[in-house]
Amino acid sequence: MTLLDVRNLGVAVPAARDWRTLVDGVDLAIGSGEAVGLVGESGSGKSMTARTLLGLTPPGARVTGDIVFDGDSVTGMSRRELRALRARRVAMVFQDPRAHINPVRSVGDFLTEALIAHLGHTPTEAQARATRLLADVGIPDGARRLRQYPHELSGGLLQRVMIAAVLAAEPELVLADEPTTALDVTTQSEVMAILDELRRERGMAMLLITHDLALAAATCDRLSVMYAGRIVETQESTALTATPRHPYTSGLMLSRPSIDTVVDRLPVIPGRPVAAYESGDGCAFEPRCAHAEAHCRDRRPAVQDLAGARVACVRAGELTLQGDTA
Amino acid sequence: MTFLLRRLAGLAVVLVVASFLVYGLLYLVPGGPMAFLLGNRSGTPEQIAAIREQYRLDDPFLVRYLAWLGDALQGDFGTSLVYRQDVSALLGARSTTTALLVAYATVVIVAVGVAAGTLAGLRPGRADAVISALASAALAVPTFVIGVLLVIVLALGLGWFPVFGPGEGFLGRLHHLTLPAITLSLGSAAFLARITRASVREELGREHVETARSRGLAERHVVRRHVLRNASIPVVTVTGLTVASLLAGSVVVENVFALDGLGSLFVRAILQRDFAVVQAVVLVLVTAFVLVNLVVDLCCKALDPRLSR
Repeated sequence: MTLLDVRNLGVAVPAARDWRTLVDGVDLAIGSGEAVGLVGESGSGKSMTARTLLGLTPPGARVTGDIVFDGDSVTGMSRRELRALRARRVAMVFQDPRAHINPVRSVGDFLTEALIAHLGHTPTEAQARATRLLADVGIPDGARRLRQYPHELSGGLLQRVMIAAVLAAEPELVLADEPTTALDVTTQSEVMAILDELRRERGMAMLLITHDLALAAATCDRLSVMYAGRIVETQESTALTATPRHPYTSGLMLSRPSIDTVVDRLPVIPGRPVAAYESGDGCAFEPRCAHAEAHCRDRRPAVQDLAGARVACVRAGELTLQGDTA
Repeated sequence: MTFLLRRLAGLAVVLVVASFLVYGLLYLVPGGPMAFLLGNRSGTPEQIAAIREQYRLDDPFLVRYLAWLGDALQGDFGTSLVYRQDVSALLGARSTTTALLVAYATVVIVAVGVAAGTLAGLRPGRADAVISALASAALAVPTFVIGVLLVIVLALGLGWFPVFGPGEGFLGRLHHLTLPAITLSLGSAAFLARITRASVREELGREHVETARSRGLAERHVVRRHVLRNASIPVVTVTGLTVASLLAGSVVVENVFALDGLGSLFVRAILQRDFAVVQAVVLVLVTAFVLVNLVVDLCCKALDPRLSR
């Protein structure tokens, strides 16, 4: 059953008399309990896509296309309906817990305020519930932690607090916006494991936004790769890593360092990533693509179905691209 | 608690240093204390002897300083040369006037400045533009011009407020102090409004506010518990500094409205070389300044848990 269905989503923000496109023509579907990864470089529009799903666009932004959550159109929601959606049904884990949790309020305040506001808990009930939630995310001395302030906790612990806050709402969909990027490497896998395990236990769907293709492939059922505000490829995780269909996806995988082989220089995708509004009329990846031909510049490649994959590349059918060799 | 004790100890040190400087200033004046006390007159030997006796000028400096400090601690600042009265008696009534004026002005500054700044911060567009323009105007016009304008319009024109005098009873005093307090507070209120506006704007754009919104909390709840709560920290700091500066800044206003406060006493004492009074007023102002700062620090510590380490 499709929980979230996004069709032809576009986001543009006003910039000096003109519109600046950040997200363009994004299609995305997430079923109940399914985990979908949205992978791309910084500035590719993946965070903006996730925020738009909750109506958290910057002031003055123009949103086009349809976002349908469980049969209801999110784009047409009133403020009250949007608040209800955020409160109980779709929750977000942000990248940097240190910035995304109010530094002058205690951890207990952060965890209990939504419980009290949305679920009608009394402060005492909320405290007890918050302590249990902290235990769920692997923080045993919850009662003490509730009295502490964010600056007294490490980044990894704070991100667990953030995850606990999301679990408290018992949402149907979790939007995880680079949940481990701001953490150090050793805590990254722990936090990711906790998030994924608790999500599965509770049957929540997840949209995992990350620039880490391997992490996304290991966690998610399906992956969408985003470049310059568009989704260039969508496939099942295993299929995508084995046989990428878009040159950009292949490039991303090849530029990952392998732990087994020693190379002098990492292969990189030449050029620099562009934002959606910077790209020309043709394929946005064409200037950096090793397989580009003259006609790639003519117009935006349409998304085509190709052996279970959805790819936005005119040459996808003829190319055999290298996947993850590991 | 240790924080408070440490701060109180620091406060004592500041006051001792300040009192030493204040007392020592008398001896840095060209010609020494004697020339200062006699002014341009050349006193008779008897007069000089009397002065030396009265001010114990024959004792070593430190001994005199300690004696003065000891007396000051007991509230005895000596005798005014001009008024021939105890300095503490001179200060008493005037301190009340100035304290009332500053307190009144503080209330106006906080009420007007914070309200206007918050409104401008939360409502971009017309409200913001109007408030910002008014704040710029209020900041640009000098205090004495505002005072004179208020007197002309509200006191002489409409007759709502008295032009000068201290007034009878508490309400009478407040009534008399209204125009001076408004005059004193206008510039600072405008300043505080700008600080509040900037602070509210900054907090509105903070990531944790986005988190609160993403959790479906009502906008009013987000503004109150996250935006305003966090924005209040710099506002409290600036309010404290502003109030502290009002203590000295009340001089102009007291002169415009012919109020007999510390400021006007201070200016006259300096002009008349009434040194005992100058020393006492400076010491009172320094004490008040330091106390205000202590209160600000305590408030900030209560507002921001990151400071209590």
